[in-house]
Amino acid sequence: MNYQLNHLRELEAESIYVLREVAAQFEKPVLMFSGGKDSILMVHLAMKAFHPARIPFTLLHVDTGHNFEETIKYRDNLVARIGAKLIVGSVQDAIDNGTVREEKGFNASRNGLQTAVLLDELEKGKFDAAMGGARRDEEKARAKERFFSHRDEFGQWDPKNQRPELWNIFNGKKQYGEHFRIFPISNWTELDVWQYLAIEEVELPSLYFAHKRKVFKRDGTLLADTPIIQKRANEEVVEMMVRCRTIGDITCTGVWESDADNLEKIIQEVSTTRMTERGGRTDDKRSETSMEDRKKKGYF
Amino acid sequence: MKGQAVSDAKNQLMGDIEQSTELLRFTTAGSVDDGKSTLIGRLLYDSKSIFEDQYEAIKATSERRGEEGVNLALLTDGLKAEREQGITIDVAYRYFATPKRKFIIADTPGHIEYTRNMVTGASTANVALILIDARNGIVEQTRRHAFISSLLQIPHLVVCINKMDLVDYSEEAYNAIKEEFSQFSSKLDVKDVHFIPISALMGDNVVERSENTPWYDGTTLMYYLENVHIGSDHNFIDCRFPVQHVIRPYKDEFHDYRGYAGRIAGGVFKKGDAVMILPSGFTTKIAKIETFDGELEEAHPPMSVTMLLEDDLDLSRGGMIVRENNVPDIGQDVDAMICWFSDKPLQPRGKYTIMHTSQDARCIVKEIRYKLDINSLHRNTEDTNIGMNDIGRVVLRTTKPLFMDTYRRNRITGSFVLIDEGTNNTVAAGMII
Repeated sequence: MNYQLNHLRELEAESIYVLREVAAQFEKPVLMFSGGKDSILMVHLAMKAFHPARIPFTLLHVDTGHNFEETIKYRDNLVARIGAKLIVGSVQDAIDNGTVREEKGFNASRNGLQTAVLLDELEKGKFDAAMGGARRDEEKARAKERFFSHRDEFGQWDPKNQRPELWNIFNGKKQYGEHFRIFPISNWTELDVWQYLAIEEVELPSLYFAHKRKVFKRDGTLLADTPIIQKRANEEVVEMMVRCRTIGDITCTGVWESDADNLEKIIQEVSTTRMTERGGRTDDKRSETSMEDRKKKGYF
Repeated sequence: MKGQAVSDAKNQLMGDIEQSTELLRFTTAGSVDDGKSTLIGRLLYDSKSIFEDQYEAIKATSERRGEEGVNLALLTDGLKAEREQGITIDVAYRYFATPKRKFIIADTPGHIEYTRNMVTGASTANVALILIDARNGIVEQTRRHAFISSLLQIPHLVVCINKMDLVDYSEEAYNAIKEEFSQFSSKLDVKDVHFIPISALMGDNVVERSENTPWYDGTTLMYYLENVHIGSDHNFIDCRFPVQHVIRPYKDEFHDYRGYAGRIAGGVFKKGDAVMILPSGFTTKIAKIETFDGELEEAHPPMSVTMLLEDDLDLSRGGMIVRENNVPDIGQDVDAMICWFSDKPLQPRGKYTIMHTSQDARCIVKEIRYKLDINSLHRNTEDTNIGMNDIGRVVLRTTKPLFMDTYRRNRITGSFVLIDEGTNNTVAAGMII
């Protein structure tokens, strides 16, 4: 008898374990849902962890108001299908009532504004744990992240003073007003995610598959042509076969030239590509430590 | 026809994925400047796990700082403070895969003051890589790393004698270090030690066999990592199922459903097995082992499953399902080795929270037996002040019974952490003796 799990089943078992710890250790956890493949994976794993009961978490989507249309449609379908509760935190509302100020100019993005809205929603909902689909292979600051990551009463991360995390013991103890960020899929790589979504036959937003779209090039990145992004005079719009490798705010999510229109081709592409998936994220490119800087302030 | 071809390709792919690759976790340890980052960089680079844009980014940073060549350490040192100081502060996790296995590296800092990170990285590792600079031989750090690997019971130890190019690939130099290490490690509890002469910088014996070491007839490091047998690293004998969470769907069709969710910590559980539940001691049978994907006939570590029992008994988080004829040690006195992680020393008679499997309890430090000198392995019973990064043997008394095995027998049911009740910080890792 062979008692060895393959790597995907072992990662699955680990993530399910973490999700169950969250349900057991926290009073009011929330699952941060962006509509991207990583949060879709998290929802799928949560369904597995608590079957046949419903997912014992609310979903929270911080909507920049600059999302791809397909993302919102997918989100609403998913929520209806699994019978979950969804809260939408609106960046537009925060701008309208003056909580945050919108950036101006060519590279304006609402990415950074999400932090204020997220922290606000966590406080309003009295959530004591927020689960995110961040992975350690994505970005160098995320490589240092714990599964259970402590946040102080201002929602800040202190990377130099993290709790040691040993074996499979997760310390979720905190003072009143503090919360935790929890990353159940920390150990998955981009390829693991795709392989797993393929064998599990999970339905995915159409944006991930190659499709025709009007795009233009800026600083080496292809961006979708949309009225939301102000174009320079010399930026020429062309139609191309593209797909998203990550899905975020439309203003900072680059698309990739690709003809991968099904999962097999995507896996093929991901396993041979020589560029990181966040390579198209202009929000990461603002400085060498932009992810760490944002995370310290409470960004997801 | 086309549809058929597509579905064949799909089946082929799914088949490949399902039967593919085991997961191997390893930790790397070495002292400052012995080439650890270079070795990791090489493993990532040679397995094509460094992306072009990542490489370009660190190349640009290296140039801006006026460094010679591309500093591969920048790949692993992700925090601003680490980059500024040129040191690694915290454990970083790195990933790479070959067609045979997927690897998770816990890259731990080599500085003495960061022993806690080494212990953290070691706690989940199947393999420990210890780097030794061939020019310097065994140093204090090497002993410390070897000791921690044995304390944390990492099943396999690989000693990489690095920078062989700087000692002219000398067999004598290699043998001398191997000999000295073996003498030292014979006093430790390590089962499986392997030695490999390498040059991380030049690539000798990392992925490709080196022509410079004709006297070495062992395997390359990559071959070792891809083939070391990890199938028996878990305990498949003593059945242990700590209950994490009780699943009670409030739906009509599951009216009386009580599912005990958890991850198998030891042994193989089968449907129909007679089991005992703790703490009550009642016996019953496993009615079903359930997952989202259907029922299972049996379950083993490290699977996450849900158990249904034949009788309706009192069992909740912190409880454990075991076999009647093979129960763990049930008690309130915990005899253990601990590694201390806090600036504030261990308080004799101090009270802490203990987390062990899915249980929380309070405990008091009843006795500090000795502090261990890692270098000489001397047990100091005079000075029992346990401070940051110290290792000592203690006896704790808990407010309620724990269901324990020795750490040697089971890394899950034999381990715990201590938490400071004021700050909520994790202040110690414990291994039950």
